Amino acid sequence: MEKDFEEIFQDKVDKEIKIEPKDWMPEKYRQTLIRQISQHAHSEIVGMLPEGNWITRAPNLRRKAILLAKVQDEAGHGLYLYSAAETLGITRDEMYDQLHTGKAKYSSIFNYPTLTWADIGAIGWLVDGAAIMNQVPLCRSSFGPYARAMVRVCKEESFHQRQGFEILLTLSKGTEAQRNMAQDAVNRWWWPSVMMFGPKDDESPNTIMSMKWKIKRFTNDELRQKFVDICAEQVKILGLTLPDNDLKWNAATNHYDFGAIDWNEFWEVVKGNGPCNKQRLDTRKKAWEDGAWVREAASAYAEKRKNKKAVKAA
Amino acid sequence: MNKKNLLDYTLHLADNALIIGHRNSEWCGHGPVLEQDIAISNIALDCIGQARNFYQYAAQLSVNDTSEDSLAYLRYTIEFKNCLLVELPNGDWGQTILRQFYFSTYQYFLYQQLQNSSDQQLAAIAEKALKEVTYHLRWSSEWVIRLGDGTEESKQRMEHAVDELWSYTGELVQAASYELLAVSEGYGVDLSTIKTKWEEKVRTVFEEATLTLPGNAWMQSGGKEGRHTEHLGFVLAEMQFLQRAYPGAEW
Ligand SMILES: [Fe+2]
Ligand SMILES: [Fe+2]
Ligand SMILES: [Fe+2]
Repeated sequence: MEKDFEEIFQDKVDKEIKIEPKDWMPEKYRQTLIRQISQHAHSEIVGMLPEGNWITRAPNLRRKAILLAKVQDEAGHGLYLYSAAETLGITRDEMYDQLHTGKAKYSSIFNYPTLTWADIGAIGWLVDGAAIMNQVPLCRSSFGPYARAMVRVCKEESFHQRQGFEILLTLSKGTEAQRNMAQDAVNRWWWPSVMMFGPKDDESPNTIMSMKWKIKRFTNDELRQKFVDICAEQVKILGLTLPDNDLKWNAATNHYDFGAIDWNEFWEVVKGNGPCNKQRLDTRKKAWEDGAWVREAASAYAEKRKNKKAVKAA
Repeated sequence: MNKKNLLDYTLHLADNALIIGHRNSEWCGHGPVLEQDIAISNIALDCIGQARNFYQYAAQLSVNDTSEDSLAYLRYTIEFKNCLLVELPNGDWGQTILRQFYFSTYQYFLYQQLQNSSDQQLAAIAEKALKEVTYHLRWSSEWVIRLGDGTEESKQRMEHAVDELWSYTGELVQAASYELLAVSEGYGVDLSTIKTKWEEKVRTVFEEATLTLPGNAWMQSGGKEGRHTEHLGFVLAEMQFLQRAYPGAEW
């Protein structure tokens, strides 16, 4: 019996028919998606913090408005994604709990600090850029609610990327201090961005199953190569350089070769030893705890209202 | 017509909107619920947008090399004309909500009349902003009621917020010199007509929120004339940092 369901399920996936929340799905598929989507949602929310760090210091009114709108967009992405995950039978509070207790992960990139205004440019260009590379294929995820959420998210992410690029372009055309600021930010954000695609394919055990289920369309290394190829070209327009002496066009492969990734750093940050892991999590927990009385009051008030209405109706 | 006065009047409107927008933006990423994080950021964005409209107009009224950014980023504390209320620290969510409610109530009645200003630019900005402020007022009223009539703790916190903020409300409807002149020159709003409406709205919402309206109390003032609390200096130090640290740079 189970076998039949599984065949029907895989048959749908193979035919690119979306799986919807009420459809039968393998338990492992459900769990993998909950992990994937909630991790993505958490990344959006935690990702608000490094950039939020510069809202009050944005250099002019236009940039201030754009940055605030951007960080607000990320909150919106978090919202769509939590909702998509909820269709799989987990609540938002449960997901928050997993985040706060460290059980759930979020993208390691947000464990790096934003030191200068140029970091806002570098994050937009590189981090949103890498996110788009990861997320565009997810618009075709076999799971309907996730795919639909990603369509909305991707549209906004491409705005973010252009805005980030434009910040860096302005800086690179500015004063020497601004150019230095821009180059320094690119130097710091480049490798962590390259790492955003996750471990090498041969160390990514879930890839095969995820590809079969079409919740992953390309391997980590494929996406990473695409990202490097694009950035290696775009950085020329910026008049900046990427901090990789081994970065070189390879006519034989039609791709850029690039240097070795420091996987040690990658795993340390995943384990919690990045420069801001603790601060990010503490900040999220504080916001949640400080907000407890507000949420309690809101539900107490809603309850009172309901009772009043019931009395009136009777 | 006194052009300097129109400029001061416009700057005062701009500064109010910018500083409360800036304060609200401090919540972005730290709100008590994701939906409300988005809501307060939205209000911040609206306010900053209104400020930009007023500053751009003020720049037109000023000497050649003045821009919205030079007005926001290169004036000093004593040149800012915002009310004290908007520069106060956010406090907890209840205090931020109450400040927004007081301020939106004021802005609502102000813009309602300013859209009939004899000055076409001010009228147009007010008309557009009124739509936004109508929402801010509804949102903040609902939250005042929800928190006032929520739990024991939320009520206590709201009462505390009322204590903290009340003495800064008088200035909203107390005219500064340039506001009086603006009325006599025909483009400004007569605050004495707003005062009763403001009190009426606050009374109604407080009643529903089961909060007690404070009696007559000493009211702080001075912000509109450039005499601020100690908080504004820090707001500006943070906000203006890049413009001050890299003079003349383009961003
Ligand atoms: Fe996002
Ligand atoms: Fe994202
Ligand atoms: Fe983004």
